Amino acid sequence: MDIIMIIYYIISAFVAGLLVWNFVREKEDRERMLLYLVVLVPFVLRIFRIE
Amino acid sequence: MSRNATAKTLFVLIIGIITVVSGVQFYAHRHYRLPIVAGPGVTGVVDLSRYSAGLKGTMADTKVFILEGKEPGGKALIMADTHANEPDGILAALVFIENAVVEQGTLIVIPQFNNSASRYTRPGDGYPLFYEIPTGWGAKRFRMGDRGASPLDQWPDPDVYVHYPDRQLLSFLDARNTNRTWPGRPNGPLMEQVTDAAMRMLKRERVDIAIDVHGAETMFPVTNCIVAPERSMRIATMASLTVTAMEGFENHVEPSPQGFRGLSHREIGDYSETLPFLLEAPFPFLDQPTGPKTTDLLLNGKDPFLLSLARQGKLFVPYDESGWPVDKRVGQHCSVALEIINQYSIKNPERAIRISSVPRYADVVRNGVGFYYHDPAKAPVAAVFHD
Repeated sequence: MDIIMIIYYIISAFVAGLLVWNFVREKEDRERMLLYLVVLVPFVLRIFRIE
Repeated sequence: MSRNATAKTLFVLIIGIITVVSGVQFYAHRHYRLPIVAGPGVTGVVDLSRYSAGLKGTMADTKVFILEGKEPGGKALIMADTHANEPDGILAALVFIENAVVEQGTLIVIPQFNNSASRYTRPGDGYPLFYEIPTGWGAKRFRMGDRGASPLDQWPDPDVYVHYPDRQLLSFLDARNTNRTWPGRPNGPLMEQVTDAAMRMLKRERVDIAIDVHGAETMFPVTNCIVAPERSMRIATMASLTVTAMEGFENHVEPSPQGFRGLSHREIGDYSETLPFLLEAPFPFLDQPTGPKTTDLLLNGKDPFLLSLARQGKLFVPYDESGWPVDKRVGQHCSVALEIINQYSIKNPERAIRISSVPRYADVVRNGVGFYYHDPAKAPVAAVFHD
């Protein structure tokens, strides 16, 4: 795995972390809660090298 | 617990279940190992990384089946799954591996040329992950792949793919497309390493002809045909005329464009002594204006929207209620590949390749392609290869 690919996974993990943090902080808007989780799915699948 | 906290918990549960269920399916698809039964003609099985060590241990490495005859002669390569979402190629390649007996010369078969692409599915198009071919002993399961390699194996895509060595600007997607990365280079992106390994194999083994088996949309003019560069044109023409006259299905020859780089039918001929041919059979599943991309459409090629378009004269192939079933498509590939090898052998008797026990179009249509696959559970363990 070359350095660019490793950086890509680090970026993916960072974005996933941001989404989780925003989800945790969201207290009122249910649509946003759901949206954060839906957007998180492809990042999780990529970080675990599934798809 | 507040109502919002309850909703939050519920969302985590629902999305968690969706992620796990889809993740398990994608994982099973990427790691499914297709059993291939080496038939009576197979004399050796090697990895493509034998010709380029950089592929070893990657998902791009793939099995190469060698069928060497008792009499010396020429050498032919059949490769399939260059585009892993065009399954008729691998279905035909397995018919050769599991049945062919080579009497003179050598046949080399690479059934999953873009192995990485066969372990990936097209995002957003709802492709089935698997399809099954009925056989006399049960259903044989195949992965349905995509046109390009998995981003898990080659990433990131460039903004524009600059072809090596011609520096032609191609679509960014083509960096993962092994029919745009020929002739490749050993230190390039992974898919260039795949085509580079194949070029090294063609040169080292002194392969005379290379047949790259594909499928194409019915709305695309380059279908039901052999694509050939100038050097291969005479043999392609003779093969096309012969199957059209003798076997009752339409086939024509398309010239390989000189200015369009990276394709097997262009670069193999330009960068080696091997004569390249690319086969296309109609594959309605790939057409855009169809219904859902189901396994039924994949196998039978029946679609009401295509039928409507056919009646308006919008398709480049004959199309009626019978669709374009897999047995016809695979049968065409078998016949055209055999005829190319036959025509080459007639013109080059000192480098002839004689193959028997491979069904032709009428046989495959009559018996079904599954008839020609052997039960891996009943085959000797040493004859079953998983890829």
